[in-house]
Amino acid sequence: MNGVHDMGGMDGFGKVEAEPNEPMFHEQWEGRVLALVRAMGAAGAFNIDTSRFYRETLPPDVYLTSSYYKKWLLGLEDLLVDKGYVAPEEMKAGHALKATKAPRRGKFTADQVERIMVRGAFGRPAPAPAKFKAGDRVRAKNIHPLTHTRLPRYVRGHVGTVERDHGCQVFPDSAAMEAGENPQWLYTVVFDAAELWGADADPSVKISIDAFEPYLEMA
Amino acid sequence: MAQDHDHDNDHHHHEHGSELSEMQIRVRALESILTEKGYVEPAALDAIIEAYETKIGPRNGARVVAKAWTDPAFRQALLEDATKAIGTLGHASRVGDHLVAVENTPQRHNMVVCTLCSCYPWEMLGLPPVWYKAAPYRSRAVKDPRGVLADFGVTLPQDTEIRVWDSTAETRFLVLPMRPAGTEGWSEQQLAEIVTRDSMIGTGFPKTPGSPS
Repeated sequence: MNGVHDMGGMDGFGKVEAEPNEPMFHEQWEGRVLALVRAMGAAGAFNIDTSRFYRETLPPDVYLTSSYYKKWLLGLEDLLVDKGYVAPEEMKAGHALKATKAPRRGKFTADQVERIMVRGAFGRPAPAPAKFKAGDRVRAKNIHPLTHTRLPRYVRGHVGTVERDHGCQVFPDSAAMEAGENPQWLYTVVFDAAELWGADADPSVKISIDAFEPYLEMA
Repeated sequence: MAQDHDHDNDHHHHEHGSELSEMQIRVRALESILTEKGYVEPAALDAIIEAYETKIGPRNGARVVAKAWTDPAFRQALLEDATKAIGTLGHASRVGDHLVAVENTPQRHNMVVCTLCSCYPWEMLGLPPVWYKAAPYRSRAVKDPRGVLADFGVTLPQDTEIRVWDSTAETRFLVLPMRPAGTEGWSEQQLAEIVTRDSMIGTGFPKTPGSPS
């Protein structure tokens, strides 16, 4: 979806301000939110793409004015209610009130923490040969799906060069909508700044994205 | 989407109390619901937080960079297949399958961003800083990387190529910064201490010998 989360190339957000000696969490609840999201994901309530999609679909004003972990909390609350894990009246009451759908893998317990500190693997067997190879000139398709996609707006319609392939991986556009993993070839595609930002762009700058095959066509 | 079920509530809450206490109450409520339902247990949440606080952080990445600076065969292996190379150091399982190391040279400077959310090599660098996840960096890194670098006090020669890596899939990028002059003969441990988090994102340089830390 063309949401405010897709920020590449937007103007007006001001300078980058780094905080010296930044703590890992600014408030105690932030760590709790991180843990809740990790635990419920590990319990099988959702995959990483679905959780990203729920943060993206927060109303634009909420997205832009909420802190990072507040966005995580709001997205998690919406997701849990939408998918039927928590009833709306329970969210209101702050307590469990009735039987609801349980996460696929059951309760997330402390003995499983070690397992989730290992990063997941997204590579999958290839259902078909790769369409592109390093060196190919490709155009990012001019597509505007209303659902989750990892093709940022700023490259759509633009021509770049395939630099490497990363094999076949879970396709976020499908996984986010719980429509299966639908593995697709993944490529690093590199663009000249002038191709993306016009003739006045800095000629020394190149930008790459990782693009799934369905995002690309031969240029 | 049931995306408005509680945002009104949220605005309502703002009228009394600070955001801090409001958020605390709200997170505690959700934790109670999920615990009462038997989906999670508080001890598991404690353990997750503890793992993030104690097991991950930029020191993991710094160790990899220092090794690459001192061991040419490791450097080569790292650039060819970072996951595999880091596996030989003993934290392979944590890194996962999709890590790519990109090397800074006098000709090319690499910088990593996630314009769509906050993708970041957690296992190498820890949890990302707020600025990495915030709109100014995410919006400008791909369009005006030199301007962003200036915000960090970093200036590069005009003819240095800048390559911005937008982390739009599950690939995670680790920048291998250039080893500062004046560190000849240093041990891996000494070298790891000058490798900063920002130097591995591409928004900074390693500390130079003799500079205040």
